[in-house]
Amino acid sequence: MIDLPTSTRFTRALGVATILGLGWLAVFGLLISPDDVVQGSYARLLYVHVPSAWLAYLAFGVTGVASAAYLWPRTRGLQWDRIAGASAEVGVLFMALALVTGSLWGKVTWGTYWTWDSRLTTTAFLFVTYIGYLAVRDLGGSHEQRARRSAVVALLAVLEVPLVHFSVTWWRPLHQSETIERGGLKGLMLFSFFVGMLAFTLLYVWLVMHRQRLITLHDMIDDSGLDRALAERRNEVAP
Amino acid sequence: MLSVWAISRLVAGKDLRVEWRSRVVSNQVVPFAALMMVMFAFALDSDTVLTRVAPGLVWLAAMFSLLVIVQRAFAVETADGALDALRVAGVHGGGIFLGKALALAAQLAVLELILLGAAIVLYNTDLVASGIVLLICTYVAATAGLAFVGTLYGGLAAGARGRETLLPLLMLPVAAPVLIGATRATEAALGTQGATPSDGWPWVGLLALFAVAFGVGGTLAFGSLIDE
Repeated sequence: MIDLPTSTRFTRALGVATILGLGWLAVFGLLISPDDVVQGSYARLLYVHVPSAWLAYLAFGVTGVASAAYLWPRTRGLQWDRIAGASAEVGVLFMALALVTGSLWGKVTWGTYWTWDSRLTTTAFLFVTYIGYLAVRDLGGSHEQRARRSAVVALLAVLEVPLVHFSVTWWRPLHQSETIERGGLKGLMLFSFFVGMLAFTLLYVWLVMHRQRLITLHDMIDDSGLDRALAERRNEVAP
Repeated sequence: MLSVWAISRLVAGKDLRVEWRSRVVSNQVVPFAALMMVMFAFALDSDTVLTRVAPGLVWLAAMFSLLVIVQRAFAVETADGALDALRVAGVHGGGIFLGKALALAAQLAVLELILLGAAIVLYNTDLVASGIVLLICTYVAATAGLAFVGTLYGGLAAGARGRETLLPLLMLPVAAPVLIGATRATEAALGTQGATPSDGWPWVGLLALFAVAFGVGGTLAFGSLIDE
């Protein structure tokens, strides 16, 4: 029997820090930060929307790098595959959150849930692509088969994303310019925004570590099941 | 040891022979594509709208038909473990990829001509002499891109449980740039909404880039994708 927790002292500390960070974000985002001049309270969605979008991109980047590390013969190891898988799962979750908060925000500020803006469209494609990636991970077969297959798909996604982004930008060149770059956020709002980024990043690391360990445990159960079946067969033949 | 090119010609010849004898694409997929063109007309229900969106509908119907053809092309391979046998025999993965893609492109090319003909007849679209070169280049580049993507993801989904439902999810997001690019370039070639051929050439560049990227990527990756 396998009796291993997915938490260690480090992840417990990280978990506590994440909860504190999210609590801090809730207090600053909902109570302390001022209303936006134009958007009023709706602007508070920024503290959730932007960090989750940023983390989805980070997560997919990590998936790409870990997949490349798996395919590279010198660094080949199933741990990279597990990190890639865990990161993609968390990335899809955050991207869903970014799309939902984004379209709600769009409804109250632009009056529509969706526009065919290039960034929105690319994001939607990215979301669907990584749902496909997760489906490929569930195809079955040995761990090595899963790892190789999904690593190739992840690298193809890295090839796909710039092409989709490029073609969509060309198709509909309207752009939402970034608020931060324009210097629109100031003082407490900017501070709350950074609290959000920090809290979400901690949450990402914490989730990926746990998911990665959980996938490892799942793989171990699979392997032990196979070993047990083999042992039973041997016992059948032995007498 | 056969060269990659010789393998791909053999595989393509085999696939086309299978199609020639079974007539699945010509007797089932082509009527399906034609049916789609009629259904689009029912859904849009306006002659001016149909003429306006005809280039997009041609490529949309081509993409959906591609899904069916790809599934057919790999069902033939996996039914008797033919793909595994090829790999066990030491056949180069890149050669299989190019051969399957070549056969797919040939079938798709015929299908697209029929779809374009249907658009001319049903949607009141006209060919413009000044756009012919652009149209031919778009046709070649988009067909190559679709064939490469179709073969790559078809091979990936082949031999997996639930492949029928997985293939569209994997392939359509990747093929989206082809739909956008081919539609815009075809609009420019046909002069839809006052577009001129010069508007279409950048899109042909994108289509060519796409075809090259997935052609090279597929040739390199295909062997490790289909290995079991």
